[in-house]
Amino acid sequence: MSILKVILFIASLLPAAWLTFALFTDQLGANPIEVITRDTGLWALRFLWLTLLITPLQWLTSWNKIVMLRRMLGLYVFFYAFLHMLLYLWLDQFFDIQEIIKDIIKRPFITIGFFTFAALIPLAVTSNKAMIKRLGGKRWKKLHRLTYFIAVASSIHFYMLVKQDKVEPLVYIGILLFLFAIRVYKQRRKSKQVKPDRFLAKAALE
Amino acid sequence: MLIKKTTANEITSSEITDHKVYVNRRQFLNSTAMGVTASLLPLSLSAADNTPKPTFLDLQKSTLSTDDKLTSYKDVTSYNNFYEFSTDKYAPALLASNFPDKSKPWRVTIEGECDKPGEYDYDDLIRPFTLEERIYRFRCVEGWSMVIPWVGFPLADLIKRAQPNSRAKFVEFTTLYDPEQMPGQSRKVLDWPYTEGLRIDEAMNPLTLLSVGLYGQELLGQNGAPIRLVVPWKYGFKSIKSIVKIRFVESMPNSAWMKAGPREYGFYSNVNPEVDHPRWSQGRERRIGEFLKRKTQMFNGYGEEVAHLYSAMDLTKHF
Repeated sequence: MSILKVILFIASLLPAAWLTFALFTDQLGANPIEVITRDTGLWALRFLWLTLLITPLQWLTSWNKIVMLRRMLGLYVFFYAFLHMLLYLWLDQFFDIQEIIKDIIKRPFITIGFFTFAALIPLAVTSNKAMIKRLGGKRWKKLHRLTYFIAVASSIHFYMLVKQDKVEPLVYIGILLFLFAIRVYKQRRKSKQVKPDRFLAKAALE
Repeated sequence: MLIKKTTANEITSSEITDHKVYVNRRQFLNSTAMGVTASLLPLSLSAADNTPKPTFLDLQKSTLSTDDKLTSYKDVTSYNNFYEFSTDKYAPALLASNFPDKSKPWRVTIEGECDKPGEYDYDDLIRPFTLEERIYRFRCVEGWSMVIPWVGFPLADLIKRAQPNSRAKFVEFTTLYDPEQMPGQSRKVLDWPYTEGLRIDEAMNPLTLLSVGLYGQELLGQNGAPIRLVVPWKYGFKSIKSIVKIRFVESMPNSAWMKAGPREYGFYSNVNPEVDHPRWSQGRERRIGEFLKRKTQMFNGYGEEVAHLYSAMDLTKHF
């Protein structure tokens, strides 16, 4: 497991490493700032989708240790989203606070992007063992359901910012719907299994 | 059993130069020569801006040109919005390298409310006009800009020859529709063929150019070969590429982008930092090759030449 973790840790850094290398060797084309801003956002999205894939994989394979990879993937979501946000604040707005506030209020896709990032912060902060203990498993779980909100909001953010060709964001939304569908299916089967028990329990009482 | 024997002086079909190579033999020679030269140059030199030698010589300079620093040839020819090929801005340079197909003659139709309509081969169309160089700012609706040395002639010259009648209030332009050559047209991202329009006084403005080249070269496929419009005070999408039809009409034509998003793209689409795109600000722009953003100028800095065209209009309504 620890080797797998190391490999995943390094592999997840590769997109950032490539972008940095390509930027300094002039391989990002005519508008490199546009490319790095877009790509860090896309990688945040991809890592979020991967994070959401872990639990279904666990159900499917019954390989419970796989959950140990989830936290790292989740923190990479935060890492790439942070870079994405930083690039916007710096290279798009040059840290002009007034302009930024105006932009957040006026442009729905920026508004959504801003709140999506804000929602990621408590999740990143409470990702270590000590915080899980302090919050208690149940409350921690409840808090981390924010992930679903973040996934939906970031999809909308992506869909809205694309000028005309919506195929790419629609592919991401399609995959997300699939990831949600697996969860709904699992939940339903669970509740179906519970019902007869309850029925029996009730019958026993009577 | 028939066995064909080749005699000593008979040419086998494999020896015959491929027709495509034959047709493009000059280009083949050039590219081979350039390849050899490039391999001899140190990396730093060949990686530098490899602007090819101009083919249009002794072009007349224009007082309408800006003295802003030119965007590099490489950036101008590799970063293109040309949805007929792809919605990825780096893809048209790769997908349009053989566009337009040299074996298909390029025909341009001039029709509608005019006394001298006609259908012209590309060469016949441009022959009567004096080509000149025009260095213009180019502002894309997405918030980036370039400075491009175009080669072309005023659209007004062509319009005068077509002799529009009194009902000609607008000019409508149409891009080629040929999904075989333009793979992006096989997906309905926009309502093909691409169309654009100008009011007749906008079309007659001395700034409005029909361009056939840039950087002293014939236009490359990705830049809208062989002939395109350049309207420097409007957002880039108004400067329609690869034109096959010019039509004089009485009522305001609908454009491809107006159909795609009537709330986002208006008929006029003048560069205007005061009127934002509904989804993003138009206040500033990133000049390609520059790090800091710069303020966008009203009419892209061409107010002196064109502001009078809109003096009585509310530009927030007629965006």
